[in-house]
Amino acid sequence: MRKALALLLVAFPAAAEVPPDRAAELEHLVLQDCGSCHGLTRKGGLGSALTPDALAHADAEGLALIILDGVPGTAMPPWRPLITEEEAIWIADYLKKD
Amino acid sequence: MKRAALILAVLASPLWAGTDDLTATGDLGLVIERATGSLLVIDRSDRAAIGRVEGLGDLSHASLTYSPDERFAYVFGRDGGLSKVDMLTQTVVARTVQAGNSIGGAISDDGKLVAVSNYDPGGVKVFDAETLALVADIPAAGKTIGLVDVPGRRFAWTVWDTGEVFLGDFSGAEPLIAMIGNAGVNPFDAVLTDDAHTYLVGLFGEKGVTAFDLWDDAPKPEKFLTDYGREGEDMPVYKMPHLQGWAFTEGQYALPAVGRHQLLWVDRATQEQVATTEMHGQPVFVIAQPASPFVWVNFATPLNDVVQVVDSRSHEVVATLTPGKAILHMEFAPRGAEVWISSRDDNKILIYDTRTREKVAEIAADSPSGIFFTARAHRTGL
Repeated sequence: MRKALALLLVAFPAAAEVPPDRAAELEHLVLQDCGSCHGLTRKGGLGSALTPDALAHADAEGLALIILDGVPGTAMPPWRPLITEEEAIWIADYLKKD
Repeated sequence: MKRAALILAVLASPLWAGTDDLTATGDLGLVIERATGSLLVIDRSDRAAIGRVEGLGDLSHASLTYSPDERFAYVFGRDGGLSKVDMLTQTVVARTVQAGNSIGGAISDDGKLVAVSNYDPGGVKVFDAETLALVADIPAAGKTIGLVDVPGRRFAWTVWDTGEVFLGDFSGAEPLIAMIGNAGVNPFDAVLTDDAHTYLVGLFGEKGVTAFDLWDDAPKPEKFLTDYGREGEDMPVYKMPHLQGWAFTEGQYALPAVGRHQLLWVDRATQEQVATTEMHGQPVFVIAQPASPFVWVNFATPLNDVVQVVDSRSHEVVATLTPGKAILHMEFAPRGAEVWISSRDDNKILIYDTRTREKVAEIAADSPSGIFFTARAHRTGL
């Protein structure tokens, strides 16, 4: 158990560092591509709402895993082929605080 | 002297003689500017933007339909807003926020009723096209998708969560709503064929497409394409395919494979798959170029900077174009001479000649998505 936790900590640094121009691209991705299903204002659509309120009780690591691996049996696809783990954490933090 | 002449001319002209100021709407259209919640008014003949209508709310995934006289557009916003826009004055003349979250709509064949498909709360609401007063509210057990108009003041729709398909008849004093069958697991969109014969429902939660024969008094679900892409893993779907532009051509349906970079060709009469075309990415829109054997296809992110043209006779890709970044939609001139293509991330509408497949003009637009020409007013199913 402790080992698994340690692995998680290794996989997900506490604060995701993403270069500014990549951050701008990720912001664009969240707005446009996440927005296709979750709405431009992230109040939901085919996908669930992703507003800071809706995500208040979700932790960033858990959200990052959902972003990376998707939710099987739903329309949420895995984004791992397109973004890194660090970037997924950055998006999770961004969604929670934005 | 010149000024005096001008004043005289103005004074002399009777009110009814101002014909130069009149605009016909037959070659106009609207472009959804999704990020800014605005509509760009376009003139197809002039290949130009002639105005902008603002204040329409969240227009991500917005669509619209037109009144039979092509004067008014009914705009269905993601935030549940239903807006009626006057193409002549370029203003919003009526607006109601009728749900928390909606996905599209349709207008009845007689132009009297506008129906909206809602996600939250799930269901269909029907409005008076003149006033936008609520006429009927039909709740559903989930998110409604694939709302189409069916001749005889009827609408059909499908529920994403349950797979149920409904046919609503609004021709009498009270609406008659019938559940006509179950399409399958997680239907993502549906479309009516141009002859109003077949309501086709695409499935996301399982392989296949379910057809309902709406010419039959008791339509039944008939599933086909249930085994495409048997071999190998499905790929992630980064954008749901859309079926409103599903191509019906050369006696075939040209369908987007879900989770595959393929176009599937199905014989319209037998519902047997006749061919597969390997494509650049996950197809989103598959649209027939009017009066031609060709279909045009765009793709899901991140492969969305390409448009491919496929010949429906050979099923081969005959052209691969790179019009711009994030190609979201294509709309043909009604007779097929031009196609207007929206590039969201280049902030442009690109106009291509469909014979030469060369770009002939471009128009600036703010994060454009759907392009809608007024000729849609006369098409069944929209």
